[in-house]
Amino acid sequence: MSTSTTSAPPPGTQDPPPKTRHGPERPVTARRGWRRALRRDWQLYSLAVLPLLFFLVFRYLPMIGNVIAFRRFEPGGSILGERWVGLRYVRMFLTDPTFWQVFRNTLWLGGLTLVFCFPIPIVLALLLNEVRRRSLKRFVQSVSYLPHFLSVVIVAGITMQMLATDGPVNHVLDWFGHDPVRFIQEPGWFRTIYVGSEIWQTAGWGTILYLAALTTIDEDLYEAARIDGASRWRQIWHVTLPGIRPTMITLLILNIGTFLAVGFEKVLLLYNPLTYPTADVVSTYLYRAGVESNSFSYAAAIGLFEAIIGLVLVTGANQLSRRTVGTSLW
Amino acid sequence: MVSLLTSRAPRPRTSVNQPTRGYRVFQGVNGVILTLVVLVTLYPFVNIIARSFSGERQIRAGEVTLWPEGFNLTTYRIVFQDSMFWRNYGNTVLYTVVSTVIAMALTTCYAYVLSKRNLKGRGVLVGVAVFTMFFTGGLIPHYVLVTSLGLKNSVWAIALPNAISVFNLLVMKAFFESLPTELEEAAEIDGLSTYGILLRVVLPLSKAVIATMVLFYSVSFWNSWFSAYLYMDRTELMPATVYLRNLISGATTGGNAGAGTEQLSQVGANIQAVAIVLTSLPILCVYPFVQRYFVSGVMLGAVKG
Repeated sequence: MSTSTTSAPPPGTQDPPPKTRHGPERPVTARRGWRRALRRDWQLYSLAVLPLLFFLVFRYLPMIGNVIAFRRFEPGGSILGERWVGLRYVRMFLTDPTFWQVFRNTLWLGGLTLVFCFPIPIVLALLLNEVRRRSLKRFVQSVSYLPHFLSVVIVAGITMQMLATDGPVNHVLDWFGHDPVRFIQEPGWFRTIYVGSEIWQTAGWGTILYLAALTTIDEDLYEAARIDGASRWRQIWHVTLPGIRPTMITLLILNIGTFLAVGFEKVLLLYNPLTYPTADVVSTYLYRAGVESNSFSYAAAIGLFEAIIGLVLVTGANQLSRRTVGTSLW
Repeated sequence: MVSLLTSRAPRPRTSVNQPTRGYRVFQGVNGVILTLVVLVTLYPFVNIIARSFSGERQIRAGEVTLWPEGFNLTTYRIVFQDSMFWRNYGNTVLYTVVSTVIAMALTTCYAYVLSKRNLKGRGVLVGVAVFTMFFTGGLIPHYVLVTSLGLKNSVWAIALPNAISVFNLLVMKAFFESLPTELEEAAEIDGLSTYGILLRVVLPLSKAVIATMVLFYSVSFWNSWFSAYLYMDRTELMPATVYLRNLISGATTGGNAGAGTEQLSQVGANIQAVAIVLTSLPILCVYPFVQRYFVSGVMLGAVKG
């Protein structure tokens, strides 16, 4: 699939000829091909104009807008900045100890999320797959999907209510004679809270694709495994898991790609100055630097750095999985 | 659990009625685990609903677990009298409707164009959309752009920048591709224009996917808060999610002045629970009926996307 950023077709006259030719009646030269396509399909192309304008203005223009990472920007001035300052802002964040702290926090949170939120849906899907009563299975699925549909604000609100000093968690601690803990104010608890609430919100919904993949596994494979004397456990290992491997790898690649973008909104809602030492991540730091302190260029430099790492991670993971297991996104 | 699964005896699938002992034990353990999953998922909701109806003293003492203790409706009454709450709720409805209409129009048009396999330049058009899934401009250039376009403090700041979700676009494209081409060809011979074919032939055949897309978009706009938080400067422009956000972050305490001290402490004890209940109520009400559309939509997207 082409990932070219060139803007779209209609007026272009010297666009490269399409890689695949659709049908024998296509004229030889690209120029004549375009003229014909335009005359025949102009109504279709006209439907694409507004959507393309959307992508151009709200997706590609901000990409170009990242040049303010290398230019001096003044609020109210040009969105592309005033004058070049080179790598000044890049140097600034690379020498900023706070940046490295939030970078470490991001790696921690992203890593923990990957370690917990990636495998749990797989386990849950395997368990659900063993349920024989369909009504029970459907009930468990319906309940576990529910948190996915709630706003992150509601999830953060619920999390804070559960962990409040008069909330259920402290209530349980009280039974065991433990003093109440102010979870939300303790930096030491933030990562646990974040990952816990992430699991609560995403584990159920995450099973959907695995459950779908599980239904496509050929029943004969299990039959054959049983004839060979494979135990239940070996059937899971040799038939079920290979059956859902493409799904696992696809989701893993996507997860790795969003590794650095750890739930920005959720962190923003759950953290507070007391928990910054563990909770502040790259995205929240650049949000405060940019929007709250008006250091737009500095924040844009950090954002660009983050986006590039994300792109490198996702293409790297994709390459790696294509080479090693033969499955990839593109 | 693992050791239970390794029990040697093979379990023939034909004899579900007489499973081996090890497998029966596993089924029992599995049942317990899944029950726990259900309880852990539901308990917070039950507890918060109970809290929202409970008295201040009982809440502070940590006595509320499954049902209301010291039944009290003061906070609900105060929130219902708070004009700002209603205003923000109204904003949520307005933003959701406007954003969903725009998003549906743009997504449908583009998905239809992309579904035409023989269209020249289709690969580029698909690439333009898909590339944005892996690389985005980032928060700051976005903020600068929306601000300099003068969209701040208007519904357009929420609706326009999120008008097309590439995932939804691909789901819809996959659906259009699965439609039989004969009908469209027949309509073309009958002299219908492309617009006519889309409106009178394709869309009536696509009611299921349109319903799913409307749900996807409206739930995500209903739940969104950050765009509004970022681009709206005045409280009366905020949606209900930001009202709740300001409560849980302690930025406001909710309710209007004029309440007595006793009322105020009651409100302080459970206004957050009340706001959580009121904002999630619409979603909880429609959830049982729409859940299957979401599941089928995600499947469609996963197969083709």
